[in-house]
Amino acid sequence: MTSIPLTRTELDVRSVREDFPILRTLAHGKPLIYLDNAATTQKPQVVLDRLVRYYTHENANVHRGVHLLSERATDAYEEARKTAARFLHAAETQEIIFVRGTTEAINLVAQTYGRVHVGAGDEVVITVMEHHSNIVPWQMLCDERGARLRIVPMTDEGELRIDSYEALLGDRTRIVAVTHVSNALGTVNPIRRIVEIAHARGIPVLVDGAQAVAHMAVDVQALDCDFYTFSGHKLFGPTGIGVLYGKAALLAAVPPYQGGGDMIRSVSFERTLYNVLPYKFEAGTPNIAGAVGLGAAIEYVEALGFDRIGAHDRDLLAHGTRALEEIPGLRLTGTAGDKGGILSFVLDGVHPHDVGTILDREGVAIRTGHHCCQPLMARLGVPATSRASLALYNTRAEIDVLAGALAKVRAVFV
Amino acid sequence: MSSALDELYQEVILDHNRRPRNFRTIEEGRHAEGYNPLCGDRLTVYLRIQGDRIQDASFQGSGCAISKASASLMTESVKGKTIAEAEALFERFHRLITRSVEDPVDDLGKLSVFAGVRQYPARVKCASLAWHTLRAATDAKNEVVSTE
Repeated sequence: MTSIPLTRTELDVRSVREDFPILRTLAHGKPLIYLDNAATTQKPQVVLDRLVRYYTHENANVHRGVHLLSERATDAYEEARKTAARFLHAAETQEIIFVRGTTEAINLVAQTYGRVHVGAGDEVVITVMEHHSNIVPWQMLCDERGARLRIVPMTDEGELRIDSYEALLGDRTRIVAVTHVSNALGTVNPIRRIVEIAHARGIPVLVDGAQAVAHMAVDVQALDCDFYTFSGHKLFGPTGIGVLYGKAALLAAVPPYQGGGDMIRSVSFERTLYNVLPYKFEAGTPNIAGAVGLGAAIEYVEALGFDRIGAHDRDLLAHGTRALEEIPGLRLTGTAGDKGGILSFVLDGVHPHDVGTILDREGVAIRTGHHCCQPLMARLGVPATSRASLALYNTRAEIDVLAGALAKVRAVFV
Repeated sequence: MSSALDELYQEVILDHNRRPRNFRTIEEGRHAEGYNPLCGDRLTVYLRIQGDRIQDASFQGSGCAISKASASLMTESVKGKTIAEAEALFERFHRLITRSVEDPVDDLGKLSVFAGVRQYPARVKCASLAWHTLRAATDAKNEVVSTE
């Protein structure tokens, strides 16, 4: 194999694609073009190998046994925590809680921090572009507590109305929960500014980073957010593992999420003393292999570098935007100035479900539907959209196939 | 287009998608609402029933080509049938769109155009939404039926 010389800012996509065995799949006899990365990403060989190595040489329960394998498993698991802490630029490793994914992370915060701080008549502020996972946990909390959910509106382009946001914050606002990057629009929200405005009023901010971490370097200290969440499987890691970052002082001051093993210091039938951070929030045997695999995935993207990944994203997005805008009757939903690799669109006279089925037969995998953002779909006035979401292994040529397949869709329906 | 796609998007289906029949409300009668949470499709089926016979059937709503064409053809096929006959037709229709390859194809007249849905398990709900909603309307339960 001839290798293409790597410049500082250029991603060697051909070599990256070699790292992902699943990309050799044929879908209905055609080369798979995987453009559903906002739903989940594919896994590089190094992550698959790491999982096999863990189960072959290191598997045991963590934080318990004194035997060799238990030490290996504990080391691997805690090493992954250090990797995640470094990845997010957390001040301390104990600020990284391993969870199942973003959904569990947000539920954890709502059920611990939220239940301590949100009472009757209080308010929780979210935005109109949130995923259901950053709506429903807060709605459940508000229902339980007699609190109110307030919604930050957006412009038609899909940018949050920062003036309205500022006006929504009041004496009763207890927490702000906002997505870093919208999964349905691609909008990159100005988190630093959002946090600054909230902090000026003493309000903490949770950031849903599910769609951000595969595309940009995240520095939780620079953002100064209080909680940051992401899922491993959207970062080329395994499913069932994710991270909740929380400032140590906030996490230490709230009760545990679930009770069980590992989260305790001592138990008697009269009284239980809880463990220190991060273990206080990790009841039961954790997803050890998942965490170890996530560590490998983080190291993989770090080695490629976010300067290269970001440049590749921008190039693909610009190319994709141009290609799709040329298709008659196609309207992009989400045209924010600062946008990640999401091409969400509606095609006149064709339901997204039909678009998805026809594209699938061309080997092109996209997501169609409401993207777990029904309130956002209502705001956009559409029942559903079609969404192509990009990752570091996608190419301009693949986007050209998408555009060609969309022309076929039009030929069938229009 | 591949042959499986041709089989799914037959001309009859495309035609009923473009120009759905009985796409209107019925003022005096029963209705029920159907909802597919997977894709957000919603449709309302209206019926005018005399005795146990469906005198008129219509629908309104939005959805993909398969669900719209299915609703359109459903209203055409059940008009004039008794509720029991319509129910029996739904059962045959459901078998048609979920049958395995070995199973014989039941001739359901115009409804046979949906035979290709079988190859697209994700789309079975689209094709059956109108029928589930029909059943709810004949039961006169004024509740939203969901495919999930």
